[in-house]
Amino acid sequence: MSKPQDVNTAELRARYPDVFDRPTSSRLATPMVLAAALAIFLFGLVDLDFSPSRFISGLSQLGWISMMMIPPDPGSSLPLYLRALGETLSIALLGTTLAALMALPVSLLAARNVVPSIFLRFPVRRFLDSIRGVDTLIWALVWINVVGLGPFAGVLAIAVSDFGAFGKLFSEAIESADQKQVEGIRASGGSALHEIRFGLMPQVLPVIAGQVLYFIESNTRSATIIGIVGAGGIGLQLAEQIRVLEWQRVSFLILMILVAVAAIDFISGKLRFAIIGRRAVA
Amino acid sequence: MTVAVSLLPEQQLAVLNAAYRKAVARKRLRLLAGLVVFVAALIVVSIGAEVNLRTLFTYFGHFVSYFDRIFTLDSGQRVWINFGEWFWGWHKWLRLLGETLLISYVGTLIGAVLAFGLNFFAAENTSPATWLRFTVRRLLEFARTVPGIVFALIFVIAFGLGPMAGVLAIAIHSTGALGKLFSEIVENADMKPVEGIRSTGASWISCMRFAILPQVSAGYASYALLRFEINVREASVMGFVGAGGIGQELIVAIRKFYYSDVSAILVTIIVTVFLIDITTGWVRGRLFGKEARK
Repeated sequence: MSKPQDVNTAELRARYPDVFDRPTSSRLATPMVLAAALAIFLFGLVDLDFSPSRFISGLSQLGWISMMMIPPDPGSSLPLYLRALGETLSIALLGTTLAALMALPVSLLAARNVVPSIFLRFPVRRFLDSIRGVDTLIWALVWINVVGLGPFAGVLAIAVSDFGAFGKLFSEAIESADQKQVEGIRASGGSALHEIRFGLMPQVLPVIAGQVLYFIESNTRSATIIGIVGAGGIGLQLAEQIRVLEWQRVSFLILMILVAVAAIDFISGKLRFAIIGRRAVA
Repeated sequence: MTVAVSLLPEQQLAVLNAAYRKAVARKRLRLLAGLVVFVAALIVVSIGAEVNLRTLFTYFGHFVSYFDRIFTLDSGQRVWINFGEWFWGWHKWLRLLGETLLISYVGTLIGAVLAFGLNFFAAENTSPATWLRFTVRRLLEFARTVPGIVFALIFVIAFGLGPMAGVLAIAIHSTGALGKLFSEIVENADMKPVEGIRSTGASWISCMRFAILPQVSAGYASYALLRFEINVREASVMGFVGAGGIGQELIVAIRKFYYSDVSAILVTIIVTVFLIDITTGWVRGRLFGKEARK
């Protein structure tokens, strides 16, 4: 082993040229990207009307608002809020279930190992992508036009927008399934439907169940806000109280949402471990 | 060749079969119980959400006809017959779309910088003190759990109508989401380089800068890009509460039943989201090499 003083810089330089003499283009790459990012950022600040005075006055306003939020107080409408929270949870659960039921058959069509033809797969995938590209709130607005105000529009909005997400996730789960079991069933003379039922589904269902549970959890969050456009649940109450500046009620509602989400997180985490085991939950 | 499978005597087989059947029956019973509980929960919540199947089937026709209407021009033609007529407001829409993109860009960048500042305090292996870690984690959790649009509603009142409220709302939400993800990358980082640098007597900041940062910076960039993608979608609805961007135009079109405008704006948003998805996917591929690209 060589001692430190034996290190010959010139020799090292000759041996590792890419470490010592990087080409100028690669040396400049990182600073250039950072400078470009900063330039767009500054342009954005100017274009979006950021001014320090407005920022500071807004912050002091925000300070006042947070002072007025303490202590959280539901006033006399606690039963109403609890019912709204129940409605939100119902919207999330029902919407996610509907989405999962609809997405399962479609995701088979989008999976490479089930449908080898790209001509059939491509339109299905783009269709799912377009549904996913539209935010849940926009879907809620569309459904309000179709079925009227209320939680039912919320259920349908969550169902449709999650249909897009589930279709993609499920088809990825199906693609990563082990083909050997499918081949075994084909070898024993099973039909295409047998291959899916006995070869794919037993592998895929636990993964899908985990994803559905995770989405119920994240949909509790989405369901809390779709009420802002009138699709039922606790968001409706929240938006109303913010508009009439009842800050104590606002903070109470936000606390309720936080507690509800934490509770759902906890329960669905336990359930996910029970279904797919501790390892598989990343 | 004769069959090489040895058959067990009846009695032994019966015992094994019984055990097998019992195990299967128990599994089935558990599945059935789970299903019953789930269906019962569904029934309870359908009552809670005022659902009945009759309305669903009656209104499904409305859903189809809504799409029929938004794809029809005032003149009664299909929208794609006359692109000029369909996208009559493209000039204004593109400007608003640019504003949406800028809102999500500035918001994501502020969020990423804040998350970067906080994540070393939130990670288990690098945080200097337990109380600090606890506080930062609760803070990030709060920022992440309260939906962005709720922040936007409050900020619109504090900062006035306009994109500033949207940017700040997105920035806070991104701080919460990215702070968690960043700190998880740090927790997965190899701690040997940190020990090496600490053994030379370096400060905590040097440890982070020279031991942790080189390991995690690519992961940070990838998550920030992913967040940008999500934020574009979120910024498209910030206008609903008056916080700038294309959402403002969309909500007006939907509320006032300007049917063909609704489809035109939706198509614009979807195409933009596609382009952003593809671009960030490509950039992520460049950052991480081919195998990281999904």
